[in-house]
Amino acid sequence: MATRITFRVDGKDETVTVDPDMPLLYALRDDLGLDNPRFGCGLAQCGACTVHLDGVPTRSCVTPTSAAEGRAVTTLAGLGTPERPHPVQQAYIDEQVPQCGYCINGWIMTAAAFLRDNRDPSEAQIREALTGLKCRCGTHMAILRAVKRAASLA
Amino acid sequence: MTLRLSRRAALRATGALVVTVAAAPGEAPAQPAGAGAPLSPLPPPGRLASYVAVHADGTATAFFGKIDGGQGLDVAIAQIVAEELDLPPARVRVVMGDTARTVNQGGASNASGVSQGAVPLRNAAAEARLMLVEMAAARLGVPPGALRVEDGTVSVAADPARRVTYEELIGDRRLDAELRWNGRYGNDLNVEGRARPKPIADYKVVGTAVPRRDIAEKVFARHAYVTDIRLPGMLHARMLRPPVAGARPVAVDEAPLRAIPGARAVWKEGFLAVAAPREWDAIRAAAALKVTWSEAAPPFPEQAALYDHIRNAPATKRGVPLQEGDAPAAIAGAARVVAAEYEWPFHSHSSMGPGCAVADVRPEGVRIWTGSQKPHAVRDGVAKFLGVPPETVHAVWVTGPGSYGRNDAGDTPFDAAFLSRELGAPVRVQYTRHEGHGWDTKSPASVQRVRAGLDAEGRVVGITFESKAFSRTNIATSEADPRDSLASQVLGGGLNPQDTYLFPGDFVPTEPYAFPARLMAWETIPPLLDRASPLRTSHLRDPLGPELIFAAESFVDELAAATGADPVEFRLRHLREERDIAVLRAITERAGWEPRPAGPRGAPGDRARGRGVSLARRDGTVVGLVAEVEVDRGSGAIRVRRMVVGQDCGLIINPDGLRRCVENALIYGTSRALREEVTFDRNNVTSVDWATYPILDVAEAPEAVEVVLINRPDIRPTGAGEPAVRTAGAAIANAVFDATGVRLRRGPFTPERVRAALAGA
Ligand code: FES
Ligand code: FES
Repeated sequence: MATRITFRVDGKDETVTVDPDMPLLYALRDDLGLDNPRFGCGLAQCGACTVHLDGVPTRSCVTPTSAAEGRAVTTLAGLGTPERPHPVQQAYIDEQVPQCGYCINGWIMTAAAFLRDNRDPSEAQIREALTGLKCRCGTHMAILRAVKRAASLA
Repeated sequence: MTLRLSRRAALRATGALVVTVAAAPGEAPAQPAGAGAPLSPLPPPGRLASYVAVHADGTATAFFGKIDGGQGLDVAIAQIVAEELDLPPARVRVVMGDTARTVNQGGASNASGVSQGAVPLRNAAAEARLMLVEMAAARLGVPPGALRVEDGTVSVAADPARRVTYEELIGDRRLDAELRWNGRYGNDLNVEGRARPKPIADYKVVGTAVPRRDIAEKVFARHAYVTDIRLPGMLHARMLRPPVAGARPVAVDEAPLRAIPGARAVWKEGFLAVAAPREWDAIRAAAALKVTWSEAAPPFPEQAALYDHIRNAPATKRGVPLQEGDAPAAIAGAARVVAAEYEWPFHSHSSMGPGCAVADVRPEGVRIWTGSQKPHAVRDGVAKFLGVPPETVHAVWVTGPGSYGRNDAGDTPFDAAFLSRELGAPVRVQYTRHEGHGWDTKSPASVQRVRAGLDAEGRVVGITFESKAFSRTNIATSEADPRDSLASQVLGGGLNPQDTYLFPGDFVPTEPYAFPARLMAWETIPPLLDRASPLRTSHLRDPLGPELIFAAESFVDELAAATGADPVEFRLRHLREERDIAVLRAITERAGWEPRPAGPRGAPGDRARGRGVSLARRDGTVVGLVAEVEVDRGSGAIRVRRMVVGQDCGLIINPDGLRRCVENALIYGTSRALREEVTFDRNNVTSVDWATYPILDVAEAPEAVEVVLINRPDIRPTGAGEPAVRTAGAAIANAVFDATGVRLRRGPFTPERVRAALAGA
């Protein structure tokens, strides 16, 4: 049964009328036209669909849209802009990280939340925080350089 | 006819043709023109304007008939075109992979983007510059030889105040000229004009670090992928695949779809899909549809029997790419024989996102949006599949979720085109994760048998290297023939399998070494299931590199160990070409390699450390790797501590981009060696997601990777993005031997397998 669900996305109030069990990923992509969270697996295994839900990195492919009711969603597009880049975005550019780039929502959104809560992380802590995310192009080393750089920028 | 004559006359007069057709600058629309728009005529291969346009605002566009999968190939093309035009690279835009706007240069293929793909663009740009200089000479009243060009301004060398810019020369006209086309399409396409490209010694832009263009767009979520294409009235579709490979639907109950708005099934022979206006509804419909599948006989052996199956299967074809001397006789007469067999499993593309395509099939023409790295082949294949002329099919490449060869992206355009025709609407097909792992083409599993004879002094007298494997091209590497698509195969179309393994003229294992007698041979075996198989085989990133170099460079290490030699010294003793030697020296010096025979030292502790080396060629590129590992004897886990990778791929166009390409390729190769293996049971593939097909995690990534690049300005650039993939397996296995004295001869080197090998030692 389609239901009205209201939440904030990247600072804007939005309402969608959808099956409340539909994963948030499809509400963002298909109802709101926000393409940047991506479908990678639909199984919470890769991170391509990651957004922040009230600041917490969340895999939108397995999160029912109803779980977003009244809450704040931040996507990669809302994290920063070319004029005001988030430190992780800036570091990603400085380090020229992505190859295909299809994976980056997972890495950037997870790293952004991690660095917010951990000011001066060790390399081992960074690896631990990012474990489980997938990058098929093999940009692992550049990702680690970028997150370390972002830690020093933040 | 008159027009033709006058064109010729114009050409004779000036060597150039300038016609008054305004070209639109700011080409490259992010979203292709809407469906139903008339198809424009194809760019002719023998014309300058098909490759390079110089615009009234002083910018230029390069039309590149390949694509960039995120390795910065477009930047390298911009650099090369900018170099010839004497423009800053920022003023050169690159249009890629649109069949209506670029000539078929074969798409991304064999890491040939720069080595082959850049050549016609370079030549066309040189011709354009010559024409502009001739126009300036006429305008300024001096001979062309008295002019110089800098940043798009042509000036008199002796009197720089006399000058004219490209903008002023072009005005609203369009630069064009006839070029000599070599009559080839694809990787080998080339054109030449009157102009000579710049000597490399004069390069200013090529060889400098230029940042990628797509990165900021991607990082700020402004880059469109093929998954983001939406058309008015578009339907979302999902495919249904059988639980037992080879089974077909025998009954389909659509009743459960009635509860889902607009959902419907499309069933024809083995082709079964659902479609709905909303994506979530298509996903729900796929789950709801009740399908009865035919009782198919289990097509596969038990996985544990895979390598025995390969050994025992009848050979369908044999090839001998290299025969020097009589290696079997030399081995038979040798003082000592060293022999080993190496096994390598099927690997999956498992791209970051599963395949996706959008098709709009109408009577007046067909449009396809594809992430396939060969959009021209998609055009030709879909045209044949639908039975329409290729000129009426317009395929547009849009960045896909990773592409490393003929992956599942190559099947989706056929599904989408079939569904669009059946449903009379534009259709977007996206595969599931299960299909991206379980139903993509696989790299072929193989067994390599290697034997060598040593004389009394420990010198190699002969070597034989024999591969037995599934074909590398059961499915062709391009989409140009629809019989290679899943859609055609489930619809009962014919087959197009090729039995190939090593190509003549391709790289051969142990190539760099001056062994006196060599025999390199291969045999292919029949596929386990001849059509629509989840284990059908084709090209995957660095085709055959990981398995063959794992075997060859492990074996060279075994020879070094058998003769008590240091693995690097042993290699240096047998290398003959300076480029191979230079790479090996560069990486071992950087790694601080101390000569000694490989093998464990001191009392065995819980954690054993070792180092290993590998060296390989790939189509003119030389790569080498030193890997330092730590083996946990208890768990069997291999920790890669440090990797020093060296590469010589001729002239370096963009050192920053190259460094990252090499590093990514190495990490990917490490993933394949340490983690990856397609699993299956008698019925089907069982590695169907990231949990069942693990890849290298960031927590397991090497502690440090160092990239050593060797620039060869006098050697044309060769493939850069794939060679390092092949170095990982042998260097890691050799390092494990150094640490523990145990040889790993089967990939991947999972903890369980290492533990078993240690227990058996
Ligand atoms: S798409 Fe959500 S985790 Fe993979
Ligand atoms: S950059 Fe391609 S998957 Fe990470």
